[in-house]
Amino acid sequence: MANNWAPKTKVDWFLTVLRVLALGVVTVGLLAFIAQQISVDNPFARLINPDATGLTVAQFRGLVISGLSQGAMYGLIALGYSMVYGVLGFINFAHGEVFMVGAMTGMITSNKLDDAGLWESNFIGSLLFIVVVSMLVCTLTAVIMERVAYRPLRKAPRLIPLITSIGISFFIQNTSVVLLGPTSKAYPDMPDWLTAKRTFLEIEGTKILVICVAALAMLGLWLLVERTKTGKAMRAVAEDQEIAGLMGVNVNRTIVKVFAVGGAMAGVAGILWGVLFRSVIHYTGFLPGIKAFSSAVVGGIGNLGGSMAGGLFIGLAESTGPLLILEPLGVSGVSQLRDAVAFAMLIGVLLLKPSGLFGERLSAEDRA
Amino acid sequence: MTTTAGLLIRRVPAAWRRVVRIGALGALGQVFISLSGMPVRLDVREIVVPILSLGYLVVLAAPLVVGVLLGRRPEHSGFLANPPSNRDLVIGATTGGLMAGGGLSILALLLAGFDLRDPLINWSPQLLEFLSFGRGTGAGFIVWLVIGAGLGMVGGTLRLATSRTQKVIMTMALTVVAAAILESLVVDLVEGVKLEALVEWMYAPRGGVTLLGAAVLAIVSGVLSFVGQGRIKTVQARVQAMEGPKRTRVNLTLIAGVGVVMILLPLLVGKLTNELLANVGLFVLLALGLNVVVGLAGILDLGYVAFFAVGSYSTAVLTAATSPRIAPELPWFVALILVIFIAILVGLFIGAPVIRMRGDYLAIVTLGFGEIIRLLFLSDWLSGWFGGSQGITAIDGVDVFGLLTVDGTNPRRVFYLVLFFCAIAIYISWRLERSRLGRAWMAVREDEPVAEAMGINTVNVKLMAFVVGAVLGSFGGAIFVAKVGSVFPTSFLILVSIIILVVVIFGGMGNIFGVIAGAVVLIGVLGGPKQPGLLVEFSEFKLLIYGALLVWMMLARPEGLIPSARRSRELHQEEFLQDAWLRGEIDTDESNDPQTAGPTQTTDSDGGP
Repeated sequence: MANNWAPKTKVDWFLTVLRVLALGVVTVGLLAFIAQQISVDNPFARLINPDATGLTVAQFRGLVISGLSQGAMYGLIALGYSMVYGVLGFINFAHGEVFMVGAMTGMITSNKLDDAGLWESNFIGSLLFIVVVSMLVCTLTAVIMERVAYRPLRKAPRLIPLITSIGISFFIQNTSVVLLGPTSKAYPDMPDWLTAKRTFLEIEGTKILVICVAALAMLGLWLLVERTKTGKAMRAVAEDQEIAGLMGVNVNRTIVKVFAVGGAMAGVAGILWGVLFRSVIHYTGFLPGIKAFSSAVVGGIGNLGGSMAGGLFIGLAESTGPLLILEPLGVSGVSQLRDAVAFAMLIGVLLLKPSGLFGERLSAEDRA
Repeated sequence: MTTTAGLLIRRVPAAWRRVVRIGALGALGQVFISLSGMPVRLDVREIVVPILSLGYLVVLAAPLVVGVLLGRRPEHSGFLANPPSNRDLVIGATTGGLMAGGGLSILALLLAGFDLRDPLINWSPQLLEFLSFGRGTGAGFIVWLVIGAGLGMVGGTLRLATSRTQKVIMTMALTVVAAAILESLVVDLVEGVKLEALVEWMYAPRGGVTLLGAAVLAIVSGVLSFVGQGRIKTVQARVQAMEGPKRTRVNLTLIAGVGVVMILLPLLVGKLTNELLANVGLFVLLALGLNVVVGLAGILDLGYVAFFAVGSYSTAVLTAATSPRIAPELPWFVALILVIFIAILVGLFIGAPVIRMRGDYLAIVTLGFGEIIRLLFLSDWLSGWFGGSQGITAIDGVDVFGLLTVDGTNPRRVFYLVLFFCAIAIYISWRLERSRLGRAWMAVREDEPVAEAMGINTVNVKLMAFVVGAVLGSFGGAIFVAKVGSVFPTSFLILVSIIILVVVIFGGMGNIFGVIAGAVVLIGVLGGPKQPGLLVEFSEFKLLIYGALLVWMMLARPEGLIPSARRSRELHQEEFLQDAWLRGEIDTDESNDPQTAGPTQTTDSDGGP
């Protein structure tokens, strides 16, 4: 339906205008950026934004690296959205909250380790430990969620599980408030050798660490889905639940495994959040959750490699977008608008290419 | 499951496994409630003086519920297993209650022995004192076991009684609790009509129902419930059976009666109660607006707060002298006309891009729009227009023809203003539901492709839903500004959308009365996003409860408290079809003649996963 670009009704005209406008803003912004990079006194750049300053190479590199590291984290969360959507055909809105649970678990465990003095003496070991604990807790959360709330609704109209997942998201957030308190909580300090900027590219070690961990987790997931029997069962259930069941796949157990794997990935992402931002609060899961969902859509929902690529894309877009497009256009206070940019990306992608950049992989029924 | 442990579990009879499962869940629930801080925080609110506080009520509910659940005869006990005898049921329920109480016993021991206050903020000496009744850990340990077992037994026994007795007991308990919850309302009301003596004996000086009051209330409500059972239904059926002018007369009398009560009520109660009524009214208005979008047209709009925000900000900009960029200082009612136009435009602007999307993508995208609008109001970029995080303050109230001003200092007037707009919203919803457009909405909701095939322009129809919802939401925003006298971006969090959604779903999507009842019960008792309800002590926990309520409603009763007949048929399509099949109304055999197959068969569309 949406691929039909020839406008027919007024709404189609409106949408076409909107698409053209969106592309126009992006193009003009980019051109202005290029103009101001060539020379700040360039008349075109001056015309669009009289206060243009331009970016230094180091600033730009910083933006790209932080975009990539956050994007890797979004990609990991996006896997959970994508897998559940691929198999059950609904948005598990509470998945962002699973990620928050991971970040909280990491905070609690790492602070306990810090109290015991292990955090400083054996950082790598401690990090591994909190990743494992967080993966376990998140897996458990996701599995309980599936069992309590989603399994009874498997035959319900599609919007019912979505509304339920909103309720769960609300519940988990506020559980964190009542159990752990409404204040923001900090991770212990990262060791100096990690936070120091490396000489060769002047990149902070934490960001490299985040990208590496995300890549490892992704590799593990890819091996699981493509190379094991469990993965085969998952793909079969995603394709067609009923027929997979007839072929001897235990559908219930496979769905539980899908939730478990998605939860584990969110657990890893939660720790990465802690490493990157070192502070966590009960609504930590909301925005990254939405952005990760956008990543899953951008990459084509149900498509795992696409999710990771979509995550990197969204991460880059939100970190460079404001300064690359909005600042040259003369919008002030752009860094406040980075979340708005992320939402605009989501809307833009659904408007321009709802099936994602790399194509959806959904069962025949869901595509309808 | 082929492990030895699995085999061992299989050996245990199914009935006992059920007891253990539900009992353990009860225990977990108890521990969760305790660690959430509810009991300690709610202990200050008395229900029955001096024996029961709200804090103990929430903790004691768990074993009782476990008992009631276990007292129910399992429906799928299998063909071979004998249904359990009454004695076994009571024993099972008692064991379940014992387990649920045991959760607290163990928690009390752990509290005394370990210190986990670092992550868990409610791991406190106060909780230990609460759990041990101030008499030391050992006493607490045993007392909770006894209480759990006792309540489990009571719950289980309750289930064995006839349904009539059950109803009477339920009514008695609910009346006492409701009397305690509504205390401030009742006291305020009797002071208004100068009949304090009527309830003086009922309420204790520091809040809560007295023992005497509780006893009298229980007896009166019990007797009334025993005598009155079935009569309300009879009257209802008689009214329902009426037709033509007679029915209209009954309806008009009812509406007039409710109207008179609504007009008289604020005169009798004080400022605080009026404030509460105004808040409830505001949410009735918002919920009615969302009901058009979600309930009638079936579009899950999670960014409804956007319309509320736009209504508020445009009213503020148009009426306030302090508005940063343009300050036309229009009178409120003139501004309202412009606000309606702005709302229509915003409704179209948000609606048009999303209208073609899949239902679930639409939900997320509207949520995105809701956030974007708030972020834009918050941003420095537009702060020249909307004041950024400082918002717009010192906004005048509504000037009604130079006679009087409606603003936050006089909640009674605000309530009348809200009431006026609620009446408009109710009328609009009621007329729309029965109009061509309303039927088109319901057709789109039930099956979009079929509706399109029937010649409905689904795009326009769905856009209209957005527009109507936006206009009603902007009414809410305009009143909100007049009431509060200021706007800040923090008033328009996504949270507001979700709470309105809970109200609509709890009350019953698509049913005007349901939505109103939902707003009255939830906002009135628990409170809105920032507005306190009758249970002020709950304000810390209300969001938790809203979340749990949403999940529970979806699982147990997706059609809401007061369902719309058509909507519940959609939600329970399979059961409905089964029932119809059992009654012989439809036949699954396709070769059947079309007359008996009837129209019901066409509703079987996308029930699949």
